[in-house]
Amino acid sequence: MQRARTRWHIAVFLAPAVLVYTAIMIFPLFNTLRLALYSKVDQERIYVGLDNFRTLFFDPIWSEQFWNALGNNFWFFIVHMLVQNPIGVALAAILSHPRLRFAALYRSAIFIPTILSFVIVGFAWKLILSPIWGIAPSMLDFVGLKSLFAPWLGREEYALTTLALISVWQFVGIPMMLIYAALLSIPEEIIEAGEVDGITGISAFWKIKLPLILPSVGIISILTFVGNFNAFDLIYASQGALAGPDFSTDILGTFMYRTFFGFQLQLGDPHMGSAIASGMFAIILIGVCVYLFGIQTRMRRYQM
Amino acid sequence: MTRNTLKLALLSTALTATSAMAQDVTLTIESWRNDDLVLWQDKIIPAFEAENPGIKINFTPSAPAEYNAVLNSKLDAGSAGDIITCRPFDASLALFEAGHLADLDDMDAMGNFSDVAKSAWQTDDGGATFCVPMASVIHGFIYNKDAFAEVGVEVPNTEDEFFAVLEAFKEDGNYIPMAMGTNDQWEAATMGYNNIGPNYWKGEEGRRALIAGEQKLTDEAWTAPYATLAKWGAYLGDGYEAQTYPDSQNLFTLGRAAIYPAGSWEISGFNAQADFEMGAFKPPVQNAGDTCYISDHTDIGIGMNAATDNPEAARTFLAWVGSPEFASIFGNALPGFFPLSKEPVELSDPLAKEIVGWRGECESTIRSTYQILSRGTPNLENETWGASVAAIKGTSSPEELGADLQQGLASWYEPQQ
Amino acid sequence: MNNARTNPFNTWAMHGALILYTLIALFPVFVILINSFKTRKAIFREPLALPDAESFSLIGYQTVMKQGDFFLYFQNSMIVTVASLFFVLLFGAMAAFALAEYRFKGNTLMGLYLALGIMIPIRIGTVAILEMMVAGGLVNTLWALILVYTAQGLPLAVFILSEFMRQVSDDLKNAARVDGLSEYAIFFQLVLPLVRPAMATVAVFNMIPIWNDLWFPLILAPAEESKTLTLGSQVFIGQFVTDWNAVLSALSMAILPVLVLYVIFSRQLIRGLTSGAVK
Repeated sequence: MQRARTRWHIAVFLAPAVLVYTAIMIFPLFNTLRLALYSKVDQERIYVGLDNFRTLFFDPIWSEQFWNALGNNFWFFIVHMLVQNPIGVALAAILSHPRLRFAALYRSAIFIPTILSFVIVGFAWKLILSPIWGIAPSMLDFVGLKSLFAPWLGREEYALTTLALISVWQFVGIPMMLIYAALLSIPEEIIEAGEVDGITGISAFWKIKLPLILPSVGIISILTFVGNFNAFDLIYASQGALAGPDFSTDILGTFMYRTFFGFQLQLGDPHMGSAIASGMFAIILIGVCVYLFGIQTRMRRYQM
Repeated sequence: MTRNTLKLALLSTALTATSAMAQDVTLTIESWRNDDLVLWQDKIIPAFEAENPGIKINFTPSAPAEYNAVLNSKLDAGSAGDIITCRPFDASLALFEAGHLADLDDMDAMGNFSDVAKSAWQTDDGGATFCVPMASVIHGFIYNKDAFAEVGVEVPNTEDEFFAVLEAFKEDGNYIPMAMGTNDQWEAATMGYNNIGPNYWKGEEGRRALIAGEQKLTDEAWTAPYATLAKWGAYLGDGYEAQTYPDSQNLFTLGRAAIYPAGSWEISGFNAQADFEMGAFKPPVQNAGDTCYISDHTDIGIGMNAATDNPEAARTFLAWVGSPEFASIFGNALPGFFPLSKEPVELSDPLAKEIVGWRGECESTIRSTYQILSRGTPNLENETWGASVAAIKGTSSPEELGADLQQGLASWYEPQQ
Repeated sequence: MNNARTNPFNTWAMHGALILYTLIALFPVFVILINSFKTRKAIFREPLALPDAESFSLIGYQTVMKQGDFFLYFQNSMIVTVASLFFVLLFGAMAAFALAEYRFKGNTLMGLYLALGIMIPIRIGTVAILEMMVAGGLVNTLWALILVYTAQGLPLAVFILSEFMRQVSDDLKNAARVDGLSEYAIFFQLVLPLVRPAMATVAVFNMIPIWNDLWFPLILAPAEESKTLTLGSQVFIGQFVTDWNAVLSALSMAILPVLVLYVIFSRQLIRGLTSGAVK
């Protein structure tokens, strides 16, 4: 009796989300991913098994682009992990200081870039870094470092890192907010207990707070991973679908978009595009599984 | 069936009164020309609607970069507009082959266009034409007349003169000699390689030989333009590597650069923004007296969604677009987009007039990569973007670039194997 | 408690760091806003100068306003964003509660299934989505967008909310059960208020991509009467655009409403965050 009632609740709670999500997201997505197993010959769609994947991984023309995009994507992710998340945690730690004045003001201001569209972010930074407009050069000139200026977005060796840092600038508000929430929810008693033992200030952060917010750090890492491996818009908005210069900013998202929808004279190829999308899906799925089954369970145990 | 439609189309054009009796139909136009929105709203659509009371037109452009993706998605799902603005060559050909564009061969208005004009929107065998040609764009150089007078240089005719002019501006130091950047890549190929190139590969002669497999991209005619582009780098502005297309346009129209490697489509924008006098010169030839070749590229056409609910109205509209009346409205409202109709259109804009005058002096061709050669992967047009940038930056030699492009083309294009 | 261990030096260092980062965060927005009020020449001559009597110009805004009914666009964007957020939060919280609260067969599997969506860009399903909307007659209606954004927002919402719901103490819920509250009452009256901070977080994160999306409005609802603000201002931000007055004005107009929205939501967010901390 009791059991049957519980079951109905579960169904009612799950139904709306599962229905909307399955119909509008899962069905179209898998309908498209299915295309990866087909190819188009003379206007006919024929089943080709894993041929598209063979092309993607073993045809030099395709595989070179794929590995280039994958490598760039990892670098993009690493920059986020090394710059965005530490800055986010640091800002949250400062903000959560109990007697800091204007905390709300700072927090709101720092979060503002996150709410801007990629078009705005791409345009604004291109404009600031532009060698013609002269905002960045003249600011560097002002502090006597003009010689450091270079057309960063136009050079193969800097462009990707520059874009990654722009993306960090845009999204640092997310780890900051999540960590901030986690820090605030640490019970006062624990910190007080630490103070009794003489652990305060920075060492309190390292020894008491950080271990307690590790689950949030974990969530942020996996969100960063998923976000970065799905990233597309910023690079598309600022460098175009060819992800110049010379494909140095090409990541999986731009590679997939270019292939799937075509570009300029290149016609879209939904079949190869889906093959790339399936590859992206596999990479992200592996990452998420590593997190869910490896890292998260271990962290739970720590907390106990 | 087709006869009937034709008759209907003719009827509705001839007897506007009859179509007024029927219920109003609204035709939606898909286009990438969002720059022309105001022009369509203020000039073209009112002109058409005044003559065809039963038909309303709704012009709905999207950004050029997204146009192909958006259009294809809408066509596949069946929600695209009645009228489709056509990219030249393969993009539209693929739509026709997939059954999305209707065959328009039976339209009388097609008689207003030459075979060359129609070739951009025909099947390879010329058996079917699926878009009404609207306009072509011509490449060349636009220059700041005041700057030329100030520095005391003349319009160059030969390549040596061209570089002498650039050198003069560089020494003078008041102007950036030439406004172009490589950040967006396509300018280097479109306004660089395909602008000056036809003089090297002798226009149509070389372009057709390349398609036939008689010439290779490693030939002197095809690598020499890269060698010339390599010399451009020294005359572009500081940090040109990160300079975008709008940056270049603004540099020129603000009077900070002397020469702008152009497509004629810039004219209306430049007219509105520059407050100095502008002139234009053709791509310089190697030796004085050489035949000159210009890129007079068929760029924009307009066709009918095969799945439209209003084929008669759509044909009425397309017939009007094919008429001399439209050519005159369009050509003058958008100086720099030159109508393709056989009957010459009297243009009023001096700069546009100057440029279109080159058609009489030089041999016309279209961009080398557009027809057939960009059908496979790797895509020759996109590869040419990268190659032109590499040439200007000096990261690869012209010979290396030629060899790479040839290898890519030969990997899928039989006549080159 | 927590006695004045903060010496003045630390306080200054903290403010210094925060002010520095705030400047970095706001600078680009500032540049766009001030330049949108300047003449074209002034934009290029002195991009960092504030508009003064001579360089002040509204020409960009005039161009933009001529191009369409921006109040209607704004209203559309508002409706789409608010409605999508409402459904994402309601459906997401319900599903998250089911996953966090009950042990049932396939729980983990269901969790993984609901998380799949954050791993593939929904954009590649465009054609199938569009076909569905055409079949349902929803093209060029705001419902098409609301449905897509709801589906798109659910995976992340479920993912974050279920993490937070696991932290709600069991004692509270069990006490409520003993008092005879139904499971629905427990969810709506007890758990939902407790996870408010997480709800606010999810709302803010989801609001951004919905408000700023260009792709689905372009494909699903490009008609004049269903245009969103981002799509409306996009006309000025193409590849072939030189009119920087219009571009900067359009960008500013797209920024300001989100700023206002954010300020409203951020109050909620802060209240939510603090109430969560007090617990």
